[in-house]
Amino acid sequence: MLRYCMLALLGLLAGLALLPWHMQEAGVLAGAWVRASMTSPNAAPALFQAAIFGRWWFIPIIAAAFLGLAVHVLFSGRKLSQASAARAMTAIGALGFFLILAQGAAIGPGGWSYAALSDAFGPLGQKQFGVGAGMAVTTIGFLTLFTTGLAGQGGFRSDPFTAFAVGLIALLIVSFTAWPVGRMLVMALSPTPGQNAIEALANRLLEPKIWGLACLYSGKSCGVAWNTVALALSTALAATMLGLCFALLVTRTSFPAKKLMRALTILPIITPSFVIGLGLILIFGRSGIVNQGIEQLFGLDLGRWIYGFQGVWLAQVFCFTPTAFLVLIGVVEGVSPTLEEAAGTLRADRWTTFWRVSLPLMRPGVANAFLVVFVESIADFGNPILLGGSLGLLSTEVYFAVVGAQANFSQAAALALLLLLLAFGAFYLQRKILGRYSYVSMSGKGDAGLGQPLPDRVRRFVYGVTLPWTVLTVGVYGMALVGGFVKVWGRDWSPTLSHYSRAFSLEWGPSGVLWSGSAWNSFFTTIQLAAISAPVTAAIGILTAWLLTRQRFAGRTALEFALMLSFAVPGTVLGVSYILAFNVPPLELTGTAVILVLCFTFRNMPVGVRAGMAAMSQIDKSLDEAAMVLRASAARTMTNVLLPLLRPAMVTALIYSFVRSITTVSAVIFLTSAEHEMATVFIINRVINGDYGVAIAYCSVLIVMMMVALGTIQLLVGRRNLGRRTAGAKAPAPAHA
Amino acid sequence: MTNSTLQLGAEPIAARKPAAEVRLEGVGKRYGKVTAVKPLDLVIEAGSLVTLLGPSGCGKTTLLRMIAGLEQPTDGRLLIGGRDVTHLPPGERDVSMVFQSYALFPHMTIAQNVAFGLISGGMAKDAALAKADLALDQVGLPGLGGRLPSELSGGQQQRVAVARALVLEPSVLLFDEPLSNLDARLRRRMREEIRDLQQRLGVTVVYVTHDQSEALAVADKIVVMRNSEIAQIGSPRELYQQPANTFVASFMGECNNVKADLADVAGGRGRLTLGSSQVLTAVPDGLEQGQVDVAIRPEAVRVLPKDSGCLQGVVSHATYMGSCIEYEIETDIGGLFVVCGDIAGMRAKGDPVGLDFVASGIAVVRP
Repeated sequence: MLRYCMLALLGLLAGLALLPWHMQEAGVLAGAWVRASMTSPNAAPALFQAAIFGRWWFIPIIAAAFLGLAVHVLFSGRKLSQASAARAMTAIGALGFFLILAQGAAIGPGGWSYAALSDAFGPLGQKQFGVGAGMAVTTIGFLTLFTTGLAGQGGFRSDPFTAFAVGLIALLIVSFTAWPVGRMLVMALSPTPGQNAIEALANRLLEPKIWGLACLYSGKSCGVAWNTVALALSTALAATMLGLCFALLVTRTSFPAKKLMRALTILPIITPSFVIGLGLILIFGRSGIVNQGIEQLFGLDLGRWIYGFQGVWLAQVFCFTPTAFLVLIGVVEGVSPTLEEAAGTLRADRWTTFWRVSLPLMRPGVANAFLVVFVESIADFGNPILLGGSLGLLSTEVYFAVVGAQANFSQAAALALLLLLLAFGAFYLQRKILGRYSYVSMSGKGDAGLGQPLPDRVRRFVYGVTLPWTVLTVGVYGMALVGGFVKVWGRDWSPTLSHYSRAFSLEWGPSGVLWSGSAWNSFFTTIQLAAISAPVTAAIGILTAWLLTRQRFAGRTALEFALMLSFAVPGTVLGVSYILAFNVPPLELTGTAVILVLCFTFRNMPVGVRAGMAAMSQIDKSLDEAAMVLRASAARTMTNVLLPLLRPAMVTALIYSFVRSITTVSAVIFLTSAEHEMATVFIINRVINGDYGVAIAYCSVLIVMMMVALGTIQLLVGRRNLGRRTAGAKAPAPAHA
Repeated sequence: MTNSTLQLGAEPIAARKPAAEVRLEGVGKRYGKVTAVKPLDLVIEAGSLVTLLGPSGCGKTTLLRMIAGLEQPTDGRLLIGGRDVTHLPPGERDVSMVFQSYALFPHMTIAQNVAFGLISGGMAKDAALAKADLALDQVGLPGLGGRLPSELSGGQQQRVAVARALVLEPSVLLFDEPLSNLDARLRRRMREEIRDLQQRLGVTVVYVTHDQSEALAVADKIVVMRNSEIAQIGSPRELYQQPANTFVASFMGECNNVKADLADVAGGRGRLTLGSSQVLTAVPDGLEQGQVDVAIRPEAVRVLPKDSGCLQGVVSHATYMGSCIEYEIETDIGGLFVVCGDIAGMRAKGDPVGLDFVASGIAVVRP
C-alpha cells in the first residue's frame, strides 16, 4: 500500500509541477512549452499557473495533493493506522478527482462557463482551453490514491494493483465510450424552437426520409432505415450461406487447396473494405471490363447498374463472407464427429445425419455468424459511399448530416442513435442465442470420432457455390491490383507507372530525400498513429481480459457488460460521438492526433480483450494461485507468469489492432484533419474525385505493406518460441519417477 | 535411483521453524445463496497430518483454499500459529500449497519454478537458485534444474511441486489431491514419501483427498466431510472401526448396512443380536436399545459350512478376485457382501452356507 501511495504521489508531482496542464499545439513531446512556460500561462504546469499567473483555481487541487503527501508521511511514520490511512487516501483521491472535473467544467475558453458562476463571482479575467498531459497524469495520480485506499480497506482482495486496474479501465470506458455516446444522446435530444427535447427527438426519428415506404408503391426510394435493414439482412443471408459452404469445404471435403482458401480469407482482413468496391467498379462500372465487353459485342449500354443496392450488396457479400467463414469454421469443427458416428450406427444415412444431426447442431453458430455479418453490414461505410449512388443508408446519412451543407449535428446524432439501437438489438439477440443454445462442446477432451464426409448432394452444392465465388474474388482483387498499372481504365489500357509515381515519388533535393508523392503524408501519419495505438490497445485489452477472467470484485459483471456493449458500438456512431464530445474544452481533442489514437484504441479494444480472454482461458487458473501462494504480488504474477504465457495473444492483438487501424474508414472519416490525414480517407477522396489510378495504387501498396508486416511479426514471434523450446529440449526424462 | 525418495540429508529444508497450529473458528463460505462450507470449528494440531476426506462437492477443497487464502471465508476467523490470518492474502500466511495439477509454470525451468517463491519473498536471484538446486537434490531430482516442466514425467513434476512448496519453509503445507494425476503404483509410493517427509520435518500438513485408502494410509487424523459440514473426525482406526453413521461407514470402505436388535445398553456398550448369536459392541452416545443400524465390514463375516455358525444363508453371487473371493449371500437379516480369503473352498451360486461374525468389524451407527 505504501508503495502504491508513493507512486500516486509521484504521479501527482509530475502532473502538477512537471507537465503542462493544458494541451500544447505542437505536442508535449516537442518541448516548445518548456521555454514558453515562464511567459505564457497556457504552456505552464498547474503549479506555476497558480503561483506565477494567479490561476487560483488550481490551488485546491495542489492542496489535495499535499494532503495525500501528509497521509503518506503519517502512515509511513506509523502515526496513522492502515485503516484510517486507507480511508483518507480514498477521500483525497475522490476529492482531487472532483476538483479537476469542477475546474474544467467551470472555466472554459470564455472565462466562466456558466452565467450563474460569473454572476456570483464576477467576471473572470482568465480563460482556459483544452486540457493536456499534466491534467491526464494528475488524474491518474488521484485515481491511484483512490483505488489504493479502497484496496487498503479490504476491497479487491486487498490488492492495490487489481484495484488500480479496475479503476483505470472503468475511467477509460466512461471517458471514451460512455461519455461520447451520452453526449450524442443529449445532442439527439436537443430541443428546437417550439419543441421540447422529446418532441424534437421524435421529430428527427420519425421523418419520412427514415421510415418512408415509397418504394413499395412508386418509383421513389424507401426510407434509410428500411434500406439499411434490408441490405443488412440480405448481405447476412448470402454471406452466411457462402461462409458455411466454405467452412464445409475446408473441414469436410478432400478439397486439395484448403490452405489457399484459408489464406484468401486473410485478404479482406488486411485490406480496407472499399477495395472490393473499387474492384467491382473496375469490372461492372461504366467503364468496367464487363460493361465494355457487352457494349462492344452487343451494343448494349448497361449503364450505372452497379451503383445502388445491388452493388453495395455484392461488395458487402464479398467483404463479409470471410468473416462468416471464420466464425463458422469453429462451429463446423465444434460438431462432435462422435455424434455423427452415433447417428450412423443408428441406421441414419449420410443425408439424414447431415440434415437431422449436424445441421441442427450448427444452427446457433450459424445464427451467430448471421448476426455478426448483420452488424458489420449496418456499420459499413466504405462500400456504401463508393457504390451507394442515390441509395440512402444510415451510416452514409450520418456522415452527410455532419459534413453536408446544413451540418446538422442533432440530425446526425439521431440517425447514429438509430444505428446504435440496431446494433444493440443484434447484440442482444446474439447473447441470447449463444447463451441458451450453444451445443459446441469445448471440454478440451479429444474426440475419438472421425469427421463424416458430406452427402453427395451437399458436396456438389458446396463445390458449385464456392469455386465460382473463389474465382470471382480472385478476379476482383486482381482487377484492383492491375488497375494501378493502367493509364485510364476502360479508355486507355496502356501500361504505366504514373499512378505510383504520383502517389509515392521521391526526389533528391538539396537537403536529402524529398517525399514529394501526394500519398506520403497520409501514409506516414497512418503508420505512425496505428503504431502508437497498437501497443496501447494490446495492453489495455489484455489487462481487461485479465480482470474479467481472473479477478472477482464488486461490479465485475457491470464492467463486463459495459465493455461488451461498447464493443457493439458501430464505427460511424463512435466517430460522430467523438466529434460531438471532444470538440469543446476541457477535453478538446478534435483535429489532434490524440483523438485518432483514442479512436483506434477503443475501436480495436474488443480484439485485444477477446484475444486476451481466449488465451487466458487456456492458462490454468491454478498457475495464478500457485504464484499467489508463492508470495508473488498480483503485479509480479502478471509480469512473470501470465505475460510470458500470453505472448502469442499479445502479438495477435498487436497485429490486428495495427492492421485494423490502417484499414478502418467509418470512424476516422469524421476525425481526420488536414494535418492528420489518414490513408483510407485519402483514398476515398481520390475515388470520389474519379482519380481511380492513384487510389488503386495506394491500396496495393497498403496491402503489400501489411502482408510484409504480418509476415515479419509472425516470423519473429514464431522463431522466438521455437528457440526457447529447442534450447530447453534435452533427452526426455525417464518415465518413472 | 538411490536418491528417488524424498530423503533429506543432514540439513532438512523446513525444520528450522516450529510447525504451526491451524485453528478454524466458525469458518464458513457462502456463494450467494449456495453454502459451500457451513460454519465449522476445527483445530489442526501443530506437526500433524490431517486429511480432509469426502465425496466431490462436499466442501473439502473450499476449506483448504480458505486456509491457503485463495478464498475468503464469509464467516468466522482463521488462525495460523495463533495469528489471525482471515483477511491476509495467501503470500502473507506462511503457508505453501501443492496443487492438484501441480501448477508448474510451463515457461520457466524447474530451477526457476522452485526459486520463484524465494525471489518473490525478496531473496537475491543467485541465492534463490542455489537454494532451489539444494531442494531439488533433496527431493531426488539432482541436475534437472535446467529442464522445462513438460520434459519431466508426472511423478517428477509432483516432486518439483513439493520442492517448490517446501523450499519456502512454510509452517503449514497444503496438498490438494496431489496424487490424483498419477497411476496406481506411483500413487502408493508417493503417498508413502509424503508421509515420510512430513514425519521427518514435523511440519503441519493439511491434505485433501477423495480416496479413503489414501487418507487411511497417510493421516494422523481424518476429517470426513459431507454436504458442506464435518461428518466425523478421528484417527484412521477410529473411523474405520467405529464410524459415527452409515455415511462414514460406507465411505470408509465397503460395508453392509443392516438392522439389528440392541439390548442391555450400559456404559457405552451393548448386546447386539445377529442371527442366533449375540455380539458385544461399542454403542455411540445417545442410542438406546431397540432396532438400530449396524455396519458390518465384508471381511468381518466368516463363511462356514452349512448349518454351522450363527446365521444361515444362500450364495447368490460368487466372484473370483485372485487374492480373495467376493460373495453376495442372502440371509434373514438381508443380503450381505462378504470378502473371503479361502480360495480353495470357493462356493458356487446357490450353495447354502453358514455365517459367523468377527466383533471388531461390527459397529452400531447412527442412521
